Amino acid sequence: MSTTNQIPHAKGAENPLHFVPTAEFRQRARTALDDPQLRKSFRGAMDFLQGKRAMQFPDADELEALRDLGEAVRQHALARLPELLEQLEAKLRANGIHVHWAETADEANRIVHGIAQRHAATRVIKGKSMASEEIELNHYLAQRGIDCIESDMGEYIVQLAGEKPSHIVMPAIHKTKGDIAHLFEEYIPDTPYTEDVDALIQTGRRALRHAFVDAQIGLSGVNFAAADTGTLWLVENEGNGRLSTTVPDVHIAIMGMEKVVAKLEHIVPLSSLLTRSATGQPITTYFNLISSPRREGEKDGPREVHLVLLDNGRSQAYADEQLRATLQCIRCGACMNHCPVYTRIGGHAYGTTYPGPIGKIISPHLLGLEATADLPTASSLCGACGEVCPVRIPIPQLLVRLRTEANRAPDESVAQPLRGQGANHSKSEQFVWRFWSGAFAHPRAYRALRWAVTRLRGLTPSQQMGWTQHRTPLKPAPRSLHDLLRERNQPQ
Amino acid sequence: MSIDTMSARARMLGRLRGAHTSPATSVEALDARIDAHFKARRSHAPLALDERIAQFERMLEAAHAQVLRATTSTWAADLAQRLEAAGVRRLLLDTACAEGKALTAALAAAVQTRDYAQPIEQWKAELFDTIDAGFTVARSGLAATGTLVVAPDANAPRTVSLVPPLHVALVYAHTLHADLHAAVAAERWYEGMPTNLVMISGPSKTSDIQQTTAYGAHGPRALWVVVVTDGDDETAAQHGVIR
Repeated sequence: MSTTNQIPHAKGAENPLHFVPTAEFRQRARTALDDPQLRKSFRGAMDFLQGKRAMQFPDADELEALRDLGEAVRQHALARLPELLEQLEAKLRANGIHVHWAETADEANRIVHGIAQRHAATRVIKGKSMASEEIELNHYLAQRGIDCIESDMGEYIVQLAGEKPSHIVMPAIHKTKGDIAHLFEEYIPDTPYTEDVDALIQTGRRALRHAFVDAQIGLSGVNFAAADTGTLWLVENEGNGRLSTTVPDVHIAIMGMEKVVAKLEHIVPLSSLLTRSATGQPITTYFNLISSPRREGEKDGPREVHLVLLDNGRSQAYADEQLRATLQCIRCGACMNHCPVYTRIGGHAYGTTYPGPIGKIISPHLLGLEATADLPTASSLCGACGEVCPVRIPIPQLLVRLRTEANRAPDESVAQPLRGQGANHSKSEQFVWRFWSGAFAHPRAYRALRWAVTRLRGLTPSQQMGWTQHRTPLKPAPRSLHDLLRERNQPQ
Repeated sequence: MSIDTMSARARMLGRLRGAHTSPATSVEALDARIDAHFKARRSHAPLALDERIAQFERMLEAAHAQVLRATTSTWAADLAQRLEAAGVRRLLLDTACAEGKALTAALAAAVQTRDYAQPIEQWKAELFDTIDAGFTVARSGLAATGTLVVAPDANAPRTVSLVPPLHVALVYAHTLHADLHAAVAAERWYEGMPTNLVMISGPSKTSDIQQTTAYGAHGPRALWVVVVTDGDDETAAQHGVIR
């Protein structure tokens, strides 16, 4: 049976799946805010996920102790990252797994394509992998005649719709069951319209069943890797990850290079934090630990296993001691589930693979600040993301730091310049702030300014840039606070 | 490896090495912290074997698995009867292992057995389309999360617990660990891992459509867990409280 006929993804072919540049972020955010259905979907989903997570952590002391542990494990691994990567590589090789290093998205794509060519493969079945989304692998392979089919139900739904995931854990969270019923009716043969979720999932199962059998290559992400045993640790509920990494003859795993930890035992606290923070489950249905290809005498499992280690800008975050904390992330999505901005604009508005708070702090390294300068500003700095982060990434502080880097003069020399430094730099804004701080630092200037502002208040313009779009114009008071207090404190 | 990726490796590692890092905490200190955390958790609620079994079963049932508690002498007949009643006609299992032999002997004539005799390539379609259930024996279990630890091998390959719509797993009560941390330490996972080790905590499921949980996404729609107790006090005495 041909998978191409069975799994049409016409929409994907019509619209190449490139991300829209984030320069359009503001417009997309506005459009999303005006879409009541979208806002309802996200509000409901976020409330649900917040509740599920809270139920998994009834004991605040345990939660805080476990977060300390998670942070310690990740920081320990990052402090020794180059050695651990070499150790992981050596151990995986000894176990029979091929290891590849990809500095850029393009290199990673070429490596995967090269493996596919060697096997004359045209059909790839995919378990969920955000790293493969990040490098836009499906698009790259499709242009070269290789068909990638997403098998995670959420990923399959967004692939059918020709869209990108709007959440890193629940890719189709923006879709209603009605949307999905229409999609399935349109694209999967012999499928009547139904909004029954069980029936829809069984339809997805039926449609993808033979894709697992027919695929020559299975592709997956990796949640954690242990350097000591050379083990890839995959976390999932559906079984599609296990099928993708077991049934085809070749398995290719793609992993951000920061995900390695020193020892298998170190994953124990991380895996507990991941499943409880992400979906509010004590554990997911499957933890799939892969340490080697099929051995002599074994009857299933891939004969060849490859791991692609991906940099793609991560080393820029690594270079700076503060920004390095970005790489502690275990991709649970709790920060987006608790983010008031994400809840209101949804995942697509960001235009990046990783939306929400984690997306705002990782994307500038992956794509440069020119393309992402608006993202760190899309935050009220309420701090919810930092409070729920299972590995204690200080996300609000990192947002402020990225704002600083985006506003720094492009030619200012700093120890660890970020790609796109100064993308938001504005000479007039710099001037205003310099003027402001000068006035506040010099009492004489401040008094003169106060005098002028209270007397000349009638000259305040009624159009005050962005402020007056939704608010009444600001006007200085006729008398300053200083004057009022002085008057009040005078003995009667 | 191509020359390209070789130089990518050198450049990636070079950049990482160029960054200033504060000395890491020693791995021993980190290990000790992890051990202390989980030991403290377990000492809050040390469980006798019976309670551990009960917790294991409760967690599995909460995840939509069905639990059958039986003894060494009764499980095979119990299970055989249930399989027949559930309409299982083709059962995939290792008929050579002790449990496989016992189950085969107990099965009604209506239920055929099938060994995983040849590599998957040679019977993929048959495996996917004709097998009703797969039977495996778990290496151990985790009480805290209701989890089976399964180490597939040549006679009971990975797909037995994955492809058929029903997975039946047998686990001996005395192999239950309190939690994952205890299992990793007691079974010395660091000494070497099998090709594939799977932890299974319920039937396959997904909540990808409007957060509504549906079972039987891509893996088994149903998971039955046979918990074999020895049915006497000796088990409890031997294994006591696991810390």
